[in-house]
Formats: sequence, structure tokens, C-alpha cells
Amino acid sequence: MFDLTGKNALVTGASGGIGGAIAEALHAAGATVALSGTREAPLQDLAVKLGERAHVVPANLADADAVAALPKVAADAMGSVDILINNAGITRDNLFMRMSDEEWSQVLDVNLTSVFQLSRAVLRGMMKARWGRIVNITSVVGATGNPGQGNYAAAKAGLVGMSKSLAYEVASRGITVNCVAPGFIETAMTDKLNDDQKSKILGQIPAGRMGQPAEIAAAVTYLASAEAGYVTGATLHVNGGMAMV
Amino acid sequence: MSDIADRVKKIVVEHLGVDEDKVAESASFIDDLGADSLDTVELVMAFEEEFGIEIPDDAAETIQTVGDAVTFIKGAV
Repeated sequence: MFDLTGKNALVTGASGGIGGAIAEALHAAGATVALSGTREAPLQDLAVKLGERAHVVPANLADADAVAALPKVAADAMGSVDILINNAGITRDNLFMRMSDEEWSQVLDVNLTSVFQLSRAVLRGMMKARWGRIVNITSVVGATGNPGQGNYAAAKAGLVGMSKSLAYEVASRGITVNCVAPGFIETAMTDKLNDDQKSKILGQIPAGRMGQPAEIAAAVTYLASAEAGYVTGATLHVNGGMAMV
Repeated sequence: MSDIADRVKKIVVEHLGVDEDKVAESASFIDDLGADSLDTVELVMAFEEEFGIEIPDDAAETIQTVGDAVTFIKGAV
């Protein structure tokens, strides 16, 4: 549907369920992809599956040096970074009163600060090219809050404000900055929930089911496309109606 | 005009889309040539590439006019 032929996309967290699906969808639309993540083996497996136009660029976004190096490694591998998908994220859930400074800062560092740093680094090339797409994967909990996830919700809501501010600054240069906010998606993370937890969650979702990673990837592919050039500073909620915000 | 001044002028004309005769040494990028703050960042990037130099942020802030740019670049190349 959307043609990304000739575009180069860096996807962080590509070893996870949603990130892998995003990389697959962008690749299927014709993009060259650089797959980043902490675990190299699944990235290699995905690169083999995709075949041509796929590069593996492992990086641990909790490591400041790795964050600084990643944009250049990706640009060297692909020639440029035209599309940046900030998908990587971690959780360190805990009740607010029990949350340590470390749990707070680990989540903010990886989920918010690294996105700022990666985005800043790729902007130079996008400004020169007068074309660029940044898509940040947030979460429904950034809009609704969630008990036990004060750090995660803060980081995800922070991404929304950051994206809007950056969207203002670079809109005149053909660069868009948007967010996709998944609800509950079937991944290894949600597989760990027991049946009781699952049925509770499903009760809150008008669609009556969890989402598929491919449904997040489709939203990302749209926002990365030329057709979405007039959409910027937006958050696209993909949550089966769980939160209509 | 020196070679550096000519090259700076050419970049400014191309980037800001202004008439060449407006790009005087004393012309301020923002006040006289209609640049916005992002334009000034892009001009600094263009100077860095044209002359193969690094212009640190604190130095970039002092480059307000065409003449400022020429002076800085002369000292850096």
C-alpha cells in the first residue's frame, strides 16, 4: 500500500515482538532496515528472514556510549537514516512508594533520554535531505496512567510532549514527528500474564481481543510514508478502543 | 572580497533565498536576511561542511552577521 523504496529506516528494539513486526512491515514496503536491539541472535535471525536490505546494528540503549554511536553505525550501514523508529523500551514496575531512584532513572534513560539523543543525531541528515520521519512508540498508559508504572507512564507521556515540540521545530523541513500508542498487544511480554489477568484486561477492551504486533506496524508504516507528510505531532492510538483519547 | 567571503556569501544566498547585494558583511542573518533560528543552525551546518571545520555551539551563538561568519571561518581553516 505504502511505498518506502529507497528509504533507510533504523528500528530500535527490533528483537522484540512489536519492533520485529515494524521492521518487517517497513522492509516489505521497500525500505532498507537497520535492526537494533540488545540481543544480537534474534536480530540476526530476523535479518536472515528478511534477506537483502537488512542490517544488524546491536546497541544497548542503557549505555550512553552505545546511544551516541548507533546513529553513525546505522548511517554507515545504510547510507543514511531517513526514518527513525524509536521502539525500544524497558519496564521496571513497582509501586510508587517502593520505587527506587534506580528503577526510575533506568526507565527514563532508555525510554525517553535515548530517544532524545537518537532523534537529535539523525536530524542533521534529515534537515539536509528536506525529508525525514521519526515515529516514537509510546503506550496507552502514557495517556491513562497505570498503577505500578509511574516511571514507564512518565517516560511515555514525556515522549508525546517531546515529539510535539520537535514536530514544531522541523515541520518546515519536510520532517514529521509522530507517536504510535499501542494498547495491549500479543507479545512475549503479555504472554506472561495469567488467564485471570488476561480476562480482566479483555474486559476493558471494546474490541474484545488483544492487538497483533502487525497492527502496530501498519500504523507505523503509514506514518513513515510519503502519504502521511501532513501528519505531524500526532499520536495514533492503536488499542481496540481501550482508551479513546 | 576574499575567497572565503565569496563562499560564505554563496551559501547564504542559496540557503536563505535572498538577493546577493543584500548579503553585506554587516548584514544580520536574523534581522536583515529573514533567517529564523533553525535557519541559523542550518547555515552553521553548511559552513562546517563547506570549509571542513567544527563550529562549537558557543561559537555558533556569536555568529550573528555575515562578517562574523567570515571572521570565524578565517580563524578556523
